[in-house]
Amino acid sequence: MEKFTTLSAVAAALPEDNIDTDKIIPARFLKTTQRTGLGKYAFDSMRYRPDGSENPDFILNKAPWRNAEILVTYDNLGCGSSREHAPWALLDFGIRCVIAPSFADIFFNNCFKNGILPIKLPREVCDQLMSDSTMGSNARLTIDLPRQVVIRPDGEEVPFEIDPFRKHMLLEGLDDIGQTLQHETEIKSFEHKVAGERPWMPTITLD
Amino acid sequence: MAPRTLFDKIWDHHVVETLPDGTSILYIDRHLLHEVTSPQAFEGLRLAGRKLRHPEMTMAVVDHNVPTSDRTKPIEEPESRNQIETLERNVKEFGVPYFPLLSASQGIVHVVGPEQGISLPGMTIVCGDSHTSTHGAMGSLAFGIGTSEVEHVMATQTILQRPAKNMRVTVEGELAPGVSAKDVMLAIIGHIGTAGGTGHVIEFAGSAIRGLDMAGRMTICNMSIEAGARAGLVAPDDTTFDYVRNRPFAPKGEDFENAVTFWRTLATDDGAHFDKEVSLRAEDIAPSLTWGTSPETVLPITGTVPDPAQEPDESKRVQMQRMLDYMGLEAGQKIAGTPVDVVFIGSCTNSRIEDLRAAAQVAAGRKVADGVRAMIVPGSGLVKMQAEEEGLDQIFLDAGFEWREAGCSMCLGMNPDKLTPGQRCASTSNRNFEGRQGPGGRTHLLSPAMAAAAAVTGCLTDSRELV
Repeated sequence: MEKFTTLSAVAAALPEDNIDTDKIIPARFLKTTQRTGLGKYAFDSMRYRPDGSENPDFILNKAPWRNAEILVTYDNLGCGSSREHAPWALLDFGIRCVIAPSFADIFFNNCFKNGILPIKLPREVCDQLMSDSTMGSNARLTIDLPRQVVIRPDGEEVPFEIDPFRKHMLLEGLDDIGQTLQHETEIKSFEHKVAGERPWMPTITLD
Repeated sequence: MAPRTLFDKIWDHHVVETLPDGTSILYIDRHLLHEVTSPQAFEGLRLAGRKLRHPEMTMAVVDHNVPTSDRTKPIEEPESRNQIETLERNVKEFGVPYFPLLSASQGIVHVVGPEQGISLPGMTIVCGDSHTSTHGAMGSLAFGIGTSEVEHVMATQTILQRPAKNMRVTVEGELAPGVSAKDVMLAIIGHIGTAGGTGHVIEFAGSAIRGLDMAGRMTICNMSIEAGARAGLVAPDDTTFDYVRNRPFAPKGEDFENAVTFWRTLATDDGAHFDKEVSLRAEDIAPSLTWGTSPETVLPITGTVPDPAQEPDESKRVQMQRMLDYMGLEAGQKIAGTPVDVVFIGSCTNSRIEDLRAAAQVAAGRKVADGVRAMIVPGSGLVKMQAEEEGLDQIFLDAGFEWREAGCSMCLGMNPDKLTPGQRCASTSNRNFEGRQGPGGRTHLLSPAMAAAAAVTGCLTDSRELV
């Protein structure tokens, strides 16, 4: 996973509540067995017209937002399906940071696993960042993860909260599995304890 | 010890270790796999040279992509076929128990788990699918995870989690005749909204919930995610134990009795703390459906489509208008009487035998309206067989419904079962997002009885008028 430290980039505003993962990537594009290559399908129904041509009115089809690396939306971003294809599609498109007043739980988790930083900020602040983003490349937002601030184009710093463990994982680009496997002894002893306490617990074996 | 909730107890039973920052390593009892969200995880294991830690606590089935037409023919779509074949190679390589496409036990993973006794009370259950919350009806902690977490569970049999907050939704009283579990859940989501449960695990409680059979409880827990909750659950009771007894992978004999003794200790203690409480009266719930493109846009079938002009918040007003435009509805129109093109009875929400019986009761002796395509997609091969034993297939076929093979089908349109742009569908599934059932498709979520009523009248109809 790519490390996330600081990011200075164009931000695009999608001023909507409940942008669901079907909207981020519709189910018909989930037939891949790869993690990569999904960027071209991101926001398919908004980005393309029924004939397959680009919708020129959609923000991510306009310069400079075509190169946006930050998305700012309203509440409950990423609701619906657990598909990790949603952050994969965003990442492949080039998005490294998503900012919203609230997120759906699974999407929020999935972002961290892919080096995308999800930031929760109050709706009024999201409104300000959306307003900044209309200035396009003249108004890059800077995300400083070590200091936990979003720096607006006028230099104002907006602090944000992040779980220390997740911050560490993002800063170092670490994979959870390796970390958890360091607790092998504890997992083994837990399994031993359960086998004693709940010996009736069945296993799944097929003939 | 302080009084604990059902969620607290299951959580406590599964914490391997709590790290200094408050994240816990949580042990997972059951890991369910399907073809869409697992290939990248298997590939990750292979690349890292890791093993799948406990194949005997893992189960795989194909459901999302599979055709629901004749299964003896090869799968036409090459990408779907590839995903299914990839799963088949992976389960073989890693030794995972698997219900293949041509097995009678194949079906939607959230129907198969409980049906086989693989999902049991008190367990932690995960799957790379948000509707894993369904299994919470067993009195387990069951939730959807992303593919990176799927790989994490494969390698470690654990997941990294912080405890959720506790929320209780209580429905007291007796449901009116013709009101089903689906109506109850739509009413709940309409009441608390699609983010009403965010960060919480919802325990569904009260006499109306206790009075539901297991299929009804599964319908309710299934859509917890539509209320934003991490999971939903119902305290296990005699209804649960009677359901579990004699299932193929459930404990047997003395083991079963010992298990029940343990499961009886799981219910929420008197005085346990809930961070959020919501109550509904069962008598207030009518047969319900959605009018918009978010599951919280719920109306009773007797209601009228809301007017955006009445919404004070501007961005919400714009969104409401957009929903009306997308759905092809007018503010103030009566929702009943709106013509439909397609009826879909199926999905992990409503494809169990009880759901098919409810639909058949309405369909019996009637005909699907002219110009309407009506499909029945049973949740599993076993549900299909049971329905055929009861003669339900004949009721549906005589009425002009399609009687199909088990799978996710038109709930998400990954297989050929899709809406075309502008088609309006009365659907027993769980999501009405734009394009969910096919690009441009218009979805109304409702119960199996209401779906069958729409099929035979050709429009959204109060099913109580037909039974």
